[in-house]
Amino acid sequence: MRIRFEKRLTPSRFMLVATPVASVLLTMLLGAVIFELIGFDGPNAIYQTFITPIVASYKWQDVATKAAPLIIIALGLSLGNQAKIWNIGAEGQYIIGALCGAGVAMAFPNGQSFWIIPLMIAVGIAGGMAWAAIPAFLKTRFRVSEVLSSLMLVYVALQVLNYLIGGPWKDPNGHNFPQTPPFTPAQQLPHTLPGTPFPPGLAVAVLLTIAFWIIMARSVYGFSVRTVGAAPEAARYAGFDASRTVWSTLMISGGMAGLAGILEASSQLGQINLGFPSGYGFTAIIVSFLGRLHPIGVFLAGVILAVTYVGGQVAQTVVHVPEATAGIFQATMLFFILASDILIRYRIRVVREAPVAAAGARAGATA
Amino acid sequence: MNAAFFIDAIITVVAVTTPILLAATGELVVEKSGVINLGVEGMMLIGAITAFAVAFDFGPDLGDFAPWFAVVCAAAAGAASSMLFGLLVLTLGSNQVATGLALTIFGIGLSSLIGAGYVGMTVPSFDSVFPDWLVADPLGRVLFGYSPLVYFALIMVLAVGWFLNRTRSGLVLRAVGENDLSAHSIGYPVIRIRYAAIAFGGALAGVGGAYFSMVITPMWAQQMTAGRGWIALALVVFAGWRAGRLLAGAYFFGILMTLELYAKASGFSFLPSQFWAAMPYLMAVVVLALMSARNVNRSDAPACLGRPFLPSS
Repeated sequence: MRIRFEKRLTPSRFMLVATPVASVLLTMLLGAVIFELIGFDGPNAIYQTFITPIVASYKWQDVATKAAPLIIIALGLSLGNQAKIWNIGAEGQYIIGALCGAGVAMAFPNGQSFWIIPLMIAVGIAGGMAWAAIPAFLKTRFRVSEVLSSLMLVYVALQVLNYLIGGPWKDPNGHNFPQTPPFTPAQQLPHTLPGTPFPPGLAVAVLLTIAFWIIMARSVYGFSVRTVGAAPEAARYAGFDASRTVWSTLMISGGMAGLAGILEASSQLGQINLGFPSGYGFTAIIVSFLGRLHPIGVFLAGVILAVTYVGGQVAQTVVHVPEATAGIFQATMLFFILASDILIRYRIRVVREAPVAAAGARAGATA
Repeated sequence: MNAAFFIDAIITVVAVTTPILLAATGELVVEKSGVINLGVEGMMLIGAITAFAVAFDFGPDLGDFAPWFAVVCAAAAGAASSMLFGLLVLTLGSNQVATGLALTIFGIGLSSLIGAGYVGMTVPSFDSVFPDWLVADPLGRVLFGYSPLVYFALIMVLAVGWFLNRTRSGLVLRAVGENDLSAHSIGYPVIRIRYAAIAFGGALAGVGGAYFSMVITPMWAQQMTAGRGWIALALVVFAGWRAGRLLAGAYFFGILMTLELYAKASGFSFLPSQFWAAMPYLMAVVVLALMSARNVNRSDAPACLGRPFLPSS
């Protein structure tokens, strides 16, 4: 008896939706077993990690605050991933976007008028785009893999941040901490939207999810991106320019990361400090895959990953599991989702005998 | 600037080069078989914490033998974690870029989880494998004064070069990387060969990680590989998938990373220290561009690099 993969004629829509759900459930199950084995209260740890942030309404603000940047970045990444353009450096674009926006705040320390926030956001988006333009240029001009170039630029961006907040932009009243001066009230967005527990970033994430859904499902551009990814030859025949897809997807994903960065800086931190680079750019890659590159899926996946962050802290205080477990849960989820990819395009067949000796063996068995 | 300064500089260059050379040598074999494993950073961290934990927990019982045993365990842990990657990309045909990233995220998480209890602890490192009189004078120190892993790295890169270009098995491995369908149709076990290559790459990444926690700073710090695994990946491209150039390229990056250390320590630099810290990554982008520009019409990359292979389809 052996297991064989048999190609489906059309990809399974059921598996497309069922596998991410199964991946989350399997991660919870595996997590409970492993916690139990290493001497923690497994079921309780999983309950605190995955369920408490959802049922406890006082955790919603934390979840929404984490989910917003993840969703915004992952929407952009999903677009590129559909075209098989792998922007791994969103973390760098997120950092540079925030720094550029903060640069506007630094340039107008006395800016009181209402346009300062829109300007910061616009410059933040432009900064993320500019940082993503480097891998786009290198890929279209020299065929440099965007995977490596975008990733290397994350480390460069981290050093740019360290340099600016420890040097030219250092807060003179910051007790020598490496951080920028706090933004003025006119340069800050509110922590939460008035009357709700949700940050302004979540409203942006909702609007962008709808916008991306329409673009992907209804526009020629969305179709061209999918075609370039699925069938590059057909795309070229149809007149879809591959270089333009590289440029546009990297510009959009870079701009989205920059937007997430400046929103985080102006609405949550109110300054840029050493804790700003929090790995959202990397986690958003998991969000993009868990959401199956679909805007609605990305939104839900962003919430789930945000839950694991918040729940990880809850489990840390309640069940005393170590802090690093959230990262392991996130990686495990990605492993499961990638492992189950095959179920979309293949079905599993259990074959009784080895196919080579099939005829003879069957004759022997019936005799 | 005297002789002692240069000798110290050379010794530092060798020390920072060795882990990326080890990891890149392993990744070279993986990529030659047609698979790109972006999990190098994660496998290095898993190797680093394995070596450290073994040396710390069992070191007192094992004496001089402890660091050796720790490195062997690191290699085994690196290989084991790479098999997780292998299972997904080879047997289940998953996307190699995403799976490699998942392995890196997993390695960072796992090493932080295990390492949380070891932060700031120290372990005994290797003694010199050469007699003391050889290491006594400065020239002797430059040649013989290193950890055994330095010589292991040099031997491995030469051995891999010989294996890939001079042996029949190496030819088969390259054939699998250049044209998996043809190799499959003339009867070579493509998947099994790729599993073996990935395991080898994982083992060397594990040893490279062990070099961080056992030799460079025998004191545990979370995420101590600090992105060097990615430099190893760029190095393979930079080397045009050739072992000889890999060795030269590793030392080029080693010199860049040493500049960072010296700029920080001595303050001789008129540029901020962050510039030197970013330098290896900036240079990696520049050399990727230069190498790729040269290769626009004639690619050195294995033809099947990154393409999934599912013979039953």
